[in-house]
Formats: sequence, structure tokens, C-alpha cells
Amino acid sequence: MEITPHWRLKKQRYNLVGETCPHCGVKLFPPRDICPECGQEAKNLYNFSGKGEVYSYTTVYDPPAGYEEYTPYTVALVKLEEGPLVTAQLTDVGQTPVEIGTPVEMVTRKLRQDGDERGLLIYGYKFRPVLERQLAQ
Amino acid sequence: MAENILLKPTHPVGIVGYGAYVPRYRLPATEVSRIWTDGKGGIPIKEKAVPGLDEDVVTMSIEAARNALGRAGIDPTEIRAVWVGSESHPYAVKPTSTLVAEAIGAVPNVQAADWEFACKAGTEAMVAAIGFVGSQMARYALAVGMDTAQGKPGDALEYTAGAGGAAYLLGPAEESLAVIDHTYSFVTDTPDFWRRAYQKYPEHGQRFTGDPAYFKHIYEAGSTLLEATDTTPEDYKYAVFHQPNTKFPQRVGAMLGFSKEQIETGLLVPVIGNTYAGSAIIGLTAVLDVAEPGDRIMMVSFGSGAGSDAFAITVTDATLERRNQAPRTQDYIARRTEIDYATYARMRGKLVMK
Ligand SMILES: [Zn+2]
Repeated sequence: MEITPHWRLKKQRYNLVGETCPHCGVKLFPPRDICPECGQEAKNLYNFSGKGEVYSYTTVYDPPAGYEEYTPYTVALVKLEEGPLVTAQLTDVGQTPVEIGTPVEMVTRKLRQDGDERGLLIYGYKFRPVLERQLAQ
Repeated sequence: MAENILLKPTHPVGIVGYGAYVPRYRLPATEVSRIWTDGKGGIPIKEKAVPGLDEDVVTMSIEAARNALGRAGIDPTEIRAVWVGSESHPYAVKPTSTLVAEAIGAVPNVQAADWEFACKAGTEAMVAAIGFVGSQMARYALAVGMDTAQGKPGDALEYTAGAGGAAYLLGPAEESLAVIDHTYSFVTDTPDFWRRAYQKYPEHGQRFTGDPAYFKHIYEAGSTLLEATDTTPEDYKYAVFHQPNTKFPQRVGAMLGFSKEQIETGLLVPVIGNTYAGSAIIGLTAVLDVAEPGDRIMMVSFGSGAGSDAFAITVTDATLERRNQAPRTQDYIARRTEIDYATYARMRGKLVMK
């Protein structure tokens, strides 16, 4: 069981909490405390909107251990509207084929269980095609 | 009638924000009858909502709660209670509510607990939240009713046991999009439906589930609320009842004197199934999506075991600017992928993998 790393990552996993650089304004995800743009300290927390688009994707038929029950599934590089690229599973794709540029939004879903059915359930971000609204917002 | 039977807080309370959630997959009832009855016999609904492989009461409650916050527009750190009612909490021991509170940014200055009372766990949490806010212990409290219900393969409940629910952010009446005028609860010990510890599927008392349970409790709760508040069905634009199938809420509505038109907006069971702890309260989100300022709504839940919570609600002007700040209930219902019985069996963990 690896409880500590899961617990430490919960804020970024449940809610896309990253960082913003107070010096040049760049937004970072995942958080890394040092700005890759200007090299200065960037520790201000920033809650990403969760909106983005598919930058690239692939479908997994031969999954790593722990993800067997979800096969097949699609993993994408998602370009967040604030800039960063995030690797995440797509979910609730439905009948519409995924394409580069498909608008997506973050949802919190079950990622896997730690070990077997006695282990912790691990939750985190995935992305789905933006929910269609019948009324203009 | 005994005095002081209505539950009324010291300070008026209302709904500051609300949010629905329905997963995207649908199992037509004809798929269940194709497998178990050669397609013969009647079906109680058209189809039910089925959660995806990566969904459970935690993830569904998070999305409904985010929708409620989207409408309320408040700072989640001002929430002092996150209460989730369900009979399908993912853990036997470890709260659903702490995960939901963490994900919506309500931790750490918050009460968190999971509630159980079959299908009325959600309204039970709402009534408690009214007390929490109405006593001014808290400015805001979040109450969720959400389920991913399971029916035994081939059982009558397999046609209807659906998935979905709603979240309500309760707060001061003056900030609300709908004010909760009164509530009344009616509870007795009635053995109509139960599930023992470690059992996967529930048992039900066959015909016992109708008259002495569902109809008795909803009728008593609803008629007592009408009498105690000196109102009649004509005073309400809408009525919403717990909906285990299509016929029961139609019949109990008629018993109380409500018309078909008053109940049809909140009658979602034909297209999403019985969402248990979410059933009455997601009917209410569908009504709030379209209700106009001044409209009055009666809602009566039912939980086996058994009991009902009845609510009298009045919509305020604030709904006009807030109701479109998050997806509507019908947006989730329109998002629909039909599945067959084999896919359903896989999604609901009915395949033996080892
Ligand atoms: Zn920088």
C-alpha cells in the first residue's frame, strides 16, 4: 500500500490545483515550485478552470497493472486554456469520435484501486467532451 | 392535530444553489425483459441511468456539488457542513463526505458525515442542514442525495434501480433562489425493504412495499403538511414525490389531490430510473430549472424502513439569474448512450473476473 503519495497529491488530483509564477505570470501544472520560464520561485497556488482541448490522444488496449478493468480507454494530452499540457484519461466519450481540438472539461473520477478490493480507492482528474447545454448560457 | 409538529428553524432558510447529476449510460427496460422474461410482460419505465466504470457516489456527488456551487456563487470555505445521503457509499468505513468536501474546497473548517435512510437519506440531510443554517450555527450547509442502486439480476428492481442524484446548498432565506417555508417528517418502523450487512442486493417485502409503506408514508406526510400549513394542492404549481416507478408517484399525487400537470415536470423515473436517495430531489432540480419566481412547490420523499420528509418551497426572483449558472437536469438526461445487457453487466461488476 502506498497511501502517503496519494494523500499528498489530492489537491492537484481532485481539483487541478497548480501554481502561478508571481514574476512572469505563467501558470504551472503539475506544480513544481520553480518557474520553467523565468527560473524564479513560483509557489502561488492556482486553481485551473478545467477547460481545454485535446492536443493529442491514443487508445490503450494493453494497460499497465491496475487499469485492466477499464480497458479499452483513451489517454490524451490536454491543452488547458491557461496554457499547460496535461496527460489524462478521457471519459464518457460516447459515440462521438475523439479528435484533435475536441473541447473537453475536467471531471473527478475513480482512477483505480490501490492493489485489490481491500485497497484504497484513488480518485483524480479525467477529461470528458464538454457537456452540451440545451440553453444558451 | 398535535401542535408544533412542523420542523421550523428560528431563522428562515432556503436553497442558495442546487445541482443535478445523471451518468450518461442508459439501459432500456426492454433489455432486462429480453434476458429474463423472453421480452414478455410489462415494463415499469422506459430506461434507467447506469454509472460509468469510473463513477460512484463520490464522483457523482462531487459533480452535483460543483453545480450547486456554480449557481450559489459563494466561497466554498464558508460551508460548515457537507452531508451525503446514500445507500451506495463506496466504502463501508471511510466517509464519502470528506472526499466531496476536499474536492469542492470546503475543508478543513467543516462538519462532514454520511447519512443513511434508504431512499430518503438525501432529504434527511437537507432537513438537518436546515437546522444547522436556521440555528445560525452555519451560514451554509451542503446536503447531497446520490445513489448507484443495484437490483438483483432478474428481480423486479433490476428494471428500475438507476443512478443519479442532486446537491443542495442551504443558506439564509434572503440569499436563496427558493425559500423552504416548512418541512414535516413522518416515520414508523415498517419492514418493506432492507439489505443486511455484507449482502450485495436488497430484499423487499413484495406487495408490502405499496400500501403500508410508500403510499401510507407519503400520503400522511403530504396531507399533514397541507393541513398544518393551511394550504391546498391548488396553491402549488408543482409537486414532486419519491419515484420508484412511474405509477406510484402518479397514484400518490392523485390521492393527495394533485393533477398530472403538477407532477409531470419532476417525474424523471421513466427516463433515468429510481435514483434512490436522489429520486425526489433530482425531480426537484428539474422543477427548479424551469419554475418562475413566486411558484410554490411541494416535495415528499420516501425511504423504506420507513419514512417521508415533506417540504413546502417558494421560488424567489434570484432563480432567474442563477438557474443557468450550471447545467440543467435535462442537459444530463439528453446526454445519453444506450447500452445492452452485457455492457451493463460489465459496468455494474456482475462479471466474475477472478
Ligand atoms: Zn516565471
